[in-house]
Amino acid sequence: METQASSLISVRGLTKAYGNFTVLHGIDLDIAEGEVVCVIGPSGSGKSTLIRCINHLEAFAEESRITVDGIRVQPGPALAKVRAEVGMVFQSFNLFPHMSVLKNVMLAPMRVRKSTVPEAERKARELLARVGISEQAEKFPGQLSGGQQQRVAIARALAMEPRVLLFDEPTSALDPEMVGEVLDVMRKLAGTGVTMVIVTHEMGFARQVADRVIFMDGGRLVEIGTPAEIFDTPREERTRGFLRAVLNH
Amino acid sequence: MLRRAAKGASNGMNLINTFFNVPVLVDSLPQLLWGLVVTLQIGVTSILVGLAGGLFLAVSRLYAPAFARLLIRGYVDIFRSIPLLVLLIVVYYALPFVGIRLSPFMSAVTALSLVSAAYTAEIFRAGIEAIPHGQFEASAALGLSNRHTMIDVILPQAIRIVIPPLTNNCINVMKDTALASVVAMPDLLKQATQAQALSANPTPLIGAALIYIALLWPMVAVVARLEKHFSRGSR
Repeated sequence: METQASSLISVRGLTKAYGNFTVLHGIDLDIAEGEVVCVIGPSGSGKSTLIRCINHLEAFAEESRITVDGIRVQPGPALAKVRAEVGMVFQSFNLFPHMSVLKNVMLAPMRVRKSTVPEAERKARELLARVGISEQAEKFPGQLSGGQQQRVAIARALAMEPRVLLFDEPTSALDPEMVGEVLDVMRKLAGTGVTMVIVTHEMGFARQVADRVIFMDGGRLVEIGTPAEIFDTPREERTRGFLRAVLNH
Repeated sequence: MLRRAAKGASNGMNLINTFFNVPVLVDSLPQLLWGLVVTLQIGVTSILVGLAGGLFLAVSRLYAPAFARLLIRGYVDIFRSIPLLVLLIVVYYALPFVGIRLSPFMSAVTALSLVSAAYTAEIFRAGIEAIPHGQFEASAALGLSNRHTMIDVILPQAIRIVIPPLTNNCINVMKDTALASVVAMPDLLKQATQAQALSANPTPLIGAALIYIALLWPMVAVVARLEKHFSRGSR
């Protein structure tokens, strides 16, 4: 049960239930610093719930244990510390609609990291340039396309200089022509040293970018391996069935 | 024929002399305007205290422990149920028996603020609940504290939604200040009834009614415009 020395995120016996319905059945998982992990699986398999437990957006059973950089994830004062280290990108962007794009990116560093305004603004403009949104800095989220909004959301998460980035189906709410621009930004992020855990239905992207791929079904980790292992030589019948269904349509 | 016409005209004159007697109105106008000042003092103070109290109750209800939440719910329900006139009379005439002696002004402001805070709390709660859950999640994921989540993210959005119902509540508080006249507060209505008694003519009452309308009509019109604006879904 002990945590591997090299792992940044450690999940032990993660169990989560809504009343009588168990969504996660005792999941064990270690993710190393700098690793890019893609989580795939059918809808309702618990993928999103798994990553939402890592920053405690979902409460989970008390016997379960998750640590990020050695800090236990649980309600209380230490949680803010974990959340400052763990950025998250949501399926529906969740940008703050009443603030300009620039302010969206500046807010958390100013409030949580106590950055000064010029410092936060310099950093925000740099990040917006990195995700290709420089020209839209003064606009409001509602004036941007979905793909642009999601790139702002990535910049907003990066502004906290997190060690971990969680992506909860970041391209599922996008029009097909905008998926590419968001995946491009994520591809550039992978390999910058930030640890990424990505719930996705984009199999091509997972194969190309992931260090490891996790296949989940029915609230269990069915199979973990390199993209080649999962996509080319899956051991489990359930993995093969899922891949057949998503790849041959 | 002619006599009847003359009588009709004199009836008309009587009516004007009774209800719109210009000399009486001019005489009572300074008194009415003093009453208006008192009405505004009571109204504005109660609105501000009610707003602060209501916001505090609404936010506490989100984050306080279960027992405190229950207390807040009880407060909101009780003060929305009690007739304001009854509360005012209790505050002014009953509290002295337990040693709490409030001036007419303080009694009026206390009663109005207690009730206004209850309504305002409900309005803010509805406004906060209308904000998509994703906004709370995004704030939490960024590590924002509850306080900053409220101040920077939730309230600025919720306040836009609640401006029409809040303005409505302000109108109600302003109207209800007239009840202060029953605890001998020299507000607009009290001054008007006194001037009426003095001049043996109801014109000051009509004057007071017109002043209330002149004060509140613009607010009513603003609410109507805001509601139209928001129902159109524009930001």
